[in-house]
Amino acid sequence: MIWTIIIGMSIVTLLPRLIPVFIVDKVSFPSWVNKWLDAVPYAALGALIFPGIMSVIPDKPIIGILGGMVAIIIAFFEVNVIIAVLGAITTVYLFTL
Amino acid sequence: MEAKTLNNIPTSASSVQHAFRSGFVKGFPIFLGYLPIAIAYGVLAVQTGLSLVQLTAMSILVFAGASQFMGARMIGAGTSVLEVVIATFILNFRHFVMSLSFMNKSRALPISWKIPLSLGLTDETFAVSSLHSSEANKKYGKVFFATITLLAYSAWVGGSLLGGLLGEIVPEKLSQSMNIALYAMFIGLLVPSVKKEVRVGFIAVISMIINFMLVNLKVSEGWAIVIATVIGAFFGIFLLKEDEEK
Repeated sequence: MIWTIIIGMSIVTLLPRLIPVFIVDKVSFPSWVNKWLDAVPYAALGALIFPGIMSVIPDKPIIGILGGMVAIIIAFFEVNVIIAVLGAITTVYLFTL
Repeated sequence: MEAKTLNNIPTSASSVQHAFRSGFVKGFPIFLGYLPIAIAYGVLAVQTGLSLVQLTAMSILVFAGASQFMGARMIGAGTSVLEVVIATFILNFRHFVMSLSFMNKSRALPISWKIPLSLGLTDETFAVSSLHSSEANKKYGKVFFATITLLAYSAWVGGSLLGGLLGEIVPEKLSQSMNIALYAMFIGLLVPSVKKEVRVGFIAVISMIINFMLVNLKVSEGWAIVIATVIGAFFGIFLLKEDEEK
């Protein structure tokens, strides 16, 4: 039963990732579709960050926000992303002590 | 792996190395972020009754964090196969939109590379790869993207196995704090793009607001992200200039 679930999960996850390879191979899009697809990374980043970041520490949404703000400030200086990641981890760690 | 075409530019070997190193640097935050989450998944999966082989196989065959936590919990609760599979499909469908976006940007890559790259697409590999999508037009862009993807994949599969094998090896306080890691990485990717072009920030904020509203309307997390991404990006048609990347 568990194996059936794993295989099923794999198929429904991998197919949606794979199919665009063949769509893009066959079709070329009008320019508005290209612009729409070019904007997807930024829209996706927005949706992935918020409101999910508030659930970093369940019941304490403010800690996630604070960690995020530290990441914004660090990222503003365009240092390696890893510095923003470490800064945010440290912030959350200190606030949960 | 060595490219042996004779009419190559003579510096090709060093550009493979360069693409690898560059992919490693860009992909390392994903590695760091995935490891504790993968370990936590391994620990949870053992508790819900998956064997070490099963939980590792799930990481190898599915490679999608949130849905694996959900899957493990549902297996533990005795949910039916169909329900788990449908919930997984909904949660991971956003990757279809992401893959379409990335593959459209990477038309220059050979299809034999695009297939494995698409299978290894997660929120994180997509975000990092897309914000460096100009690499697709470089000779060894494929090596750059493959390095990012393999780094993420090895952290995920390796971490799952470690978690299942050793149990809680990261102190709970620390692993809880590391929940912020991937969010911070997303922010670290977004902020420099916004500095370069503020309209990109509008797109992200619109998408955040839509996602927030949908979540409050009790739309499932999976659909909320898909809808917010699709609608948010739609504003890009009016906000982005032609050839934004150049």
